[in-house]
Amino acid sequence: MVRLYTSDLRIGYGERLIVKDLSLKIPDQKITAIIGSNGCGKSTLLKAITRIIPHQSGAVILDGEPIAKENTKELAKKLAILPQTPEGASGLTVGELVSYGRFPYQKGLGRLTKRDVAVIDWALEVTGTKEFMHRPVDALSGGQRQRVWIAMALAQDTEMIFLDEPTTYLDLAHQLEVLELLHRLNVEQRRTIIMVLHDLNQAARFADYMIALRDGQIVKAGDCEEVMKPDVLKKVFQIDAQIGRDPRTKKPVCLTYDLIKGEAK
Amino acid sequence: MEKTYRHSIPFVYKLLAGFLFFLVMFVIAMLFGAADTTIRDVWLAVSSQAAEEKISLIRDLRLPREIAAIFVGAALAIAGAIMQGMTRNPLADPGLLGLTAGAHAALAISLALVPSASSFVLMLACMIGAAAGAALVFGISAGKKGGFSSLRIVLAGVAVSSLLYTIAEGVGLAFKISKDVSMWTAGGLIGTSWSQLQVIVPCITLGILLSLLLSKQLTILSLSEEVAVGLGQKTTRIKILLFFVIIMLTGASVALIGNMTFIGLMVPHIVRTLVGTDYRSILPMSALVGASFMLIADTLGRTVNAPYETPVAAIIAVMGLPFFLFVVRKGGSALS
Repeated sequence: MVRLYTSDLRIGYGERLIVKDLSLKIPDQKITAIIGSNGCGKSTLLKAITRIIPHQSGAVILDGEPIAKENTKELAKKLAILPQTPEGASGLTVGELVSYGRFPYQKGLGRLTKRDVAVIDWALEVTGTKEFMHRPVDALSGGQRQRVWIAMALAQDTEMIFLDEPTTYLDLAHQLEVLELLHRLNVEQRRTIIMVLHDLNQAARFADYMIALRDGQIVKAGDCEEVMKPDVLKKVFQIDAQIGRDPRTKKPVCLTYDLIKGEAK
Repeated sequence: MEKTYRHSIPFVYKLLAGFLFFLVMFVIAMLFGAADTTIRDVWLAVSSQAAEEKISLIRDLRLPREIAAIFVGAALAIAGAIMQGMTRNPLADPGLLGLTAGAHAALAISLALVPSASSFVLMLACMIGAAAGAALVFGISAGKKGGFSSLRIVLAGVAVSSLLYTIAEGVGLAFKISKDVSMWTAGGLIGTSWSQLQVIVPCITLGILLSLLLSKQLTILSLSEEVAVGLGQKTTRIKILLFFVIIMLTGASVALIGNMTFIGLMVPHIVRTLVGTDYRSILPMSALVGASFMLIADTLGRTVNAPYETPVAAIIAVMGLPFFLFVVRKGGSALS
């Protein structure tokens, strides 16, 4: 079943088209990773699907309705987005920031209800951020901070969570920590996760479905076996990749690669 | 059962402490000055109809002036806090970003064209001027991509402000009203009358109430535009509302006392170190601290070089400039 799809989606800034007539389906209750080179439109696509930026034509359909028509607060109860490295107002305490995830559910001045408190508690618990609940966000390390922002997205209590490069600026261990947290949420809570990832091997390891973009168009979409292929990676990144297999996870990995030189795109 | 996620000392106590501090400053402001005053005199002035010279002096001169200080201080501090939150620019201040200069130019122009203009008309003119000043500054600094970098906005603010001051001065000279205009320029609380207060206090009160209603939205907006949209905020609508609040507060303040830079810059930064970065706490606390600050500045202005007055704007600027430089040095991190 597909709850979320786009049809002929066209996104651009002024004259410049970033994404051209793109149609894709986001599999429900799975982890989807969007990959592609810098400037291929993957972040733009993520923002348009979550209506942070408007699209020029085409449609994003969620549960049979175009999101452009959806009430913003109602939409925020269905999908949460974690933008790339959010920074502002980091003097908020962890608890304060996470409690703002309940914003879509509140009316007027909005005091926290029992339900709000329970969800916030759960979000802090599951992301392992409860212990520093009273500390300001900017006193935390990069990995902890990222988990706090994920906790805020979780407090939104949405079935779909979008993340724009959630592992940027994190060291290897913390990258894995974040991805495993998302994996757990997917398996245990059946949340649909859609994220932009830079690291191919991480995408192959954690995603059930991969979407490879180039110049705002889909080169290949499918499971990691279909996408992690030399010919696909050649088109997407202009690299000559050698694909092997991860001895532990049995997933395909890009072992090594070279640039393809002197070849026109 | 209400559970909150806050710092160690509950915000209510901090607010209470802020209020006590403000009360003490108010009493001090009422007691010190050119004429010796006792608490009893002040009490009589406020509560009775006694017509002794000393008491009516307090009632007709000092009390309106301190009330003006309170409201203007609160208004500018809140306006500054909102601007800093909206633009995520730690250097935002109604004085630095062209709002007070715009209001000032509008004031000069209306005094020139309609010499008999009422306080209400002048206040409206100031609001329009503030809006125009802000529009100019943001228009100029938004031009290229790279957007609203903190320093670029401040630079545009300086340029636009000087232009607007020149216009105000030119108008003043051309219409021979320089003296009237400069009475405002000096940032004087001198000569504040009850009739002016009747117009401006309700306006500022309304602005402050609106800002408090929007404070939660402001916090979300201050996180980042994308986070705000993601949480379901109608950001354009909220920004327009906040802009109106800023214009109301700044316009009314300038109409009452003229230019006042730095108070909107300083106070929110001080407040953040006390209550964190949630605007639900910052805004009410800024109002109290801003009001106290103006009371202190005015008391100093009246006593430092008594019997002569030192302009409040000068005192605020002397305190504010080092602060401005400090924030510039600390850079973006000063926002938190």
